[in-house]
Amino acid sequence: MHDDNEYKIEAKSGVVSDTTAKGDTDYLPPQEVPDQDLYHSHSWWTTYVFSQDAKYIGVQYALTAVGTGLLGLILSWLMRLQIAFPGLGILEPAAYYQFVTMHGMIMVVYLLTALFLGGFGNLLIPLMCGSRDMAFPYVNMLSYWMFVLAVLVLLASFFVPGGPTGAGWTLYPPQAITSGTPGSNLGITLMLVSLVLFVAGFTMGGLNYIVTVLQYRTRGMTLMRLPLTVWGIFTATVLAMFAFPALLVGGIMMTLDNMLGTSFFMPAIISMGEKLTTEGGSPILFQHLFWFFGHPEVYIVALPAFGIVSDLISVHSRKTIFGYRMMVWAIVAIGALSFFVWAHHMYVSGMNPWFGFFFATTTLIIAVPTAIKVYNWILTLWRGNIKLNLPMLFSLAFIVTFLNGGLTGLFLGNVTVDVPLSDTYFVVAHFHMVMGIAPLLVVFGAIYHWFPMVTGRMLDEMMGKIHFWITFIGSYAIYFPMHYQGFVGVPRRYFEIYDSPYMSVSGLHLNAFITIAALIVGAAQLLFLYNLIYSARAGKKSERNPWKANSLEWLTPEMPPEHGNWGKELPKVYRWAYDFSVPGAKEDYITQTTPPSAVLGSKVERS
Amino acid sequence: MTPLIVAHILVLIAVGSVVFHFWSPWWWTEVASNWGGMDTTILLTFWITGVVFVAICLFMAYCVWKFSYQKDRRSEYQPENKKLEFHLTWITAVGVAALLAPGLVVWNDYVTVPKNTLKIEVFAYQWGWKYRLPGEDGVLGKTSIKEINDENPFGIIKEDKNGMDDLLVDSDELHLEINKPVKFELRSIDVLHNFYVPQFRGKMDIVPGLITYYWIEPTRKGNFEVLCAEYCGTGHYAMRGRVIVEEKSEYDNWTAKLITFEKFLAENSKTKENKIKLVKNE
Amino acid sequence: MIERKSIFKSIFEKPWEESQILKDNNHDGKALSMSGSKLGVRYIMLVSTVVFSLFIVSYSDRMLVHDWKNMPEPWLLWLNTLVLLINSYVFHKTKVFAYENDYTKTKKGLFISGLLSYLFLIGQAIVWYLLMKNGYYADANPANAFFYLFTALHGLHLMGGLIFWGRTTSKLLKSDNKLENLRDSIELCAVYWHFLLIVWLVLFGLMLFT
Repeated sequence: MHDDNEYKIEAKSGVVSDTTAKGDTDYLPPQEVPDQDLYHSHSWWTTYVFSQDAKYIGVQYALTAVGTGLLGLILSWLMRLQIAFPGLGILEPAAYYQFVTMHGMIMVVYLLTALFLGGFGNLLIPLMCGSRDMAFPYVNMLSYWMFVLAVLVLLASFFVPGGPTGAGWTLYPPQAITSGTPGSNLGITLMLVSLVLFVAGFTMGGLNYIVTVLQYRTRGMTLMRLPLTVWGIFTATVLAMFAFPALLVGGIMMTLDNMLGTSFFMPAIISMGEKLTTEGGSPILFQHLFWFFGHPEVYIVALPAFGIVSDLISVHSRKTIFGYRMMVWAIVAIGALSFFVWAHHMYVSGMNPWFGFFFATTTLIIAVPTAIKVYNWILTLWRGNIKLNLPMLFSLAFIVTFLNGGLTGLFLGNVTVDVPLSDTYFVVAHFHMVMGIAPLLVVFGAIYHWFPMVTGRMLDEMMGKIHFWITFIGSYAIYFPMHYQGFVGVPRRYFEIYDSPYMSVSGLHLNAFITIAALIVGAAQLLFLYNLIYSARAGKKSERNPWKANSLEWLTPEMPPEHGNWGKELPKVYRWAYDFSVPGAKEDYITQTTPPSAVLGSKVERS
Repeated sequence: MTPLIVAHILVLIAVGSVVFHFWSPWWWTEVASNWGGMDTTILLTFWITGVVFVAICLFMAYCVWKFSYQKDRRSEYQPENKKLEFHLTWITAVGVAALLAPGLVVWNDYVTVPKNTLKIEVFAYQWGWKYRLPGEDGVLGKTSIKEINDENPFGIIKEDKNGMDDLLVDSDELHLEINKPVKFELRSIDVLHNFYVPQFRGKMDIVPGLITYYWIEPTRKGNFEVLCAEYCGTGHYAMRGRVIVEEKSEYDNWTAKLITFEKFLAENSKTKENKIKLVKNE
Repeated sequence: MIERKSIFKSIFEKPWEESQILKDNNHDGKALSMSGSKLGVRYIMLVSTVVFSLFIVSYSDRMLVHDWKNMPEPWLLWLNTLVLLINSYVFHKTKVFAYENDYTKTKKGLFISGLLSYLFLIGQAIVWYLLMKNGYYADANPANAFFYLFTALHGLHLMGGLIFWGRTTSKLLKSDNKLENLRDSIELCAVYWHFLLIVWLVLFGLMLFT
């Protein structure tokens, strides 16, 4: 090891730090604890099916989630066709409500949560942290198969007598388990069992994500050197740790109410002419439990999206993310505050009205760190060097749609504005924009971005651009006008929205427009799927670090990374993930493993 | 896809949204109650959020156009700007507070029922509406689900003297007197429902096992539709009703034709007696 | 020993600054000074605590409604509680023996712990049977429902723990007197059992006094 000090003193710019220790600046002490002892698979089954390698598990989660999501998408086409063209008689009311319920539950839980945590979490956390795999690979493998089991139980509910539950994804009692609702016997039971399995599986997964991020990073990787993607997924997992139990608790008690006739949530009821034996239970208790889960759940979806999009914007504008520290604080603050706002879903639930003051205040407070994140994303664009490739395009589209959806959230969060708007299409438009479109745009951007890392090939640009524009403009065209149906007063979860003589303007034409737009956007997703399959086999071969990014997942000895990720030695990290366009540096990026001696002469700003 | 085109599209989205807002025919129905304050709060929210939305979209469009990639250019290296972040934070906080404050004032009015309201029971069931007025004593009789049967569909407790003069409306059409504040006392015997008239703006879930409420003062005459606004099973979309707001004279005509609980019980027992007579004669 | 700063303090660092870079380069990649397994068990205990706390909140809410009727207190529940207490004590001693490298005593301790746990579960099942025989079904009264719910969940957690007890014990039997690798597992099992004891005491106490 030659001594770099001599070279430093002769360096031209001479602005290298003068506080370096004597001796080799690139030297880092070896790891204090022994390296992870990984399971090495020997058969096809243990390599591709019961894999314990987080990268494979990540792909498995992603494929299962997307497959289930496709079913959710098809259900939504049928629902929209029924609403817009009731003359076609596509669905009966019972089936309509069953599809509404399954569509909602599939999209929120089985697609988005599974994809962000199980899919992107497994794929990116070990790599970005510099570890060989997750902390507990066997448990990780079990967690995926629990997820598969949960999906199978959910799908089974389509085939039982009575069909799947039609209670709405919120599963409110008493309707969820009384006979006026479809699937109120077996259907809802299977749904709840599926959710219990899901929670169990994701507890096992969450165990891995948290322990790996906290304890299995490589030399030099402090928490603040982690890319925001990891911060987003990690915080989301902490949220899941506290929020999923509430769903579990509510689900277990509702199952008992349904199967054993207990009265946790069931007051005295005369259901469809029949007096039930229940008494004294509180439907509002269920709502508190559900939303104590439900609100953090939307941040479990949103925070990983926030983290990922920050990295996409930074890499593709060749600029350090603006305000990294604030971004971290905002993620943590949003996560913490998300536990104090749940009853903004219950303003008109009949709960104590004085709670409305408290929850409206906390809800509008949480808007502040969220807004800061939006400012920081656009300030990253400012004076950047922006490449308008597909990940960047999807990131820009995310900002527009998330901004829109977040701002309409301010309407609904303000308790008195929620009174006329709750349970109308305004709410449907809001949550699709902010939960559906925006995070999904990040998913697409992330797939275009990390596809080369997983497959070694690039996705086709032309197909991608068509996919992008139809998806972005089309989705905006679907959901922006929908808000106005809410102003007219059109309620949600209506099988039929007929031309009411008492409303001043017809929503029927708007319905038809929205449905047709939805079908077109849906078709574009099939193009995306084709692109995925085609490019995985025959796409243009990618170079080693095609986007010239800094974070560790692009720096493995083999690309795509092999089992164990790093070869013989774990990487050594010398800097944070955002050294883009550092003044004085030769390239416009400096990877995290680049030692100081390789970038002599570059200047780091003191702030 | 050149940066200029992308920038233009972003501008178009922002401008197009604003144009849609002002030109589209889909807007709220004219308010028919005293809750115009909710509309005002909505308009204030539109102004603040609208300005933010357009500003940020235009800023993005500018950046996309001005800072498009050039190989030999470098972007600015600025990990943090504490001052800017600080200002953005407090300005946002002020904006948010400006939205919240009027909202909470109106909410306070909504949950504080004034003293001289007429209490009207709205009785919700799968899938229709019935109503009950308090009659001359101005007090609604207590009810219990155990009392509900064919002879007593409202489940009024017969021992409660206040219930005898209650007026029963066994249809889904309710009449209200204009400019007279009413408090809806909402009751359900089966599942969650919600009594919603878009023109009145108010709504509240109806929870079995509880009595929930909200109050309004009708300010415009008309024939309005009631929509159930909380999913309640397969008939949810068909659970419609009507509210007719009219002058005092017409309203009094309507109430005069309504049957009291006392008379209702009497008529039912007469029918019973008739039935027994028939049996005895045979 | 590496000195650790709190995670909350570390998020105020500026990772791009020169002075910070030098400190960070030597970081060992861990936020806490405990093994991954220990953190894992703590994670499980935390999630369980949230689950049980939410049930307790629901219990307290439901308790206030007029139709609440207290359940009888079968004396067998007291016996089961005693069994669980002894179980925790034995596990504690087993951990001590493991650290003292006493193979025979550790082996005995693990076996007795397992036996006691099974005894507890059987005892709980008997309580269920006796109560149902006397007509205290779950749907008769919310207090009954909560009793079955609490005992079922606690029992399931114990059964989950027994899976790890089983793995640890079988590793011990194959280990050939070498206890170093097993000390951690035994200690973690003991911690988890103490946790379940505390959960049981809280639930039992709650039901006794309401």
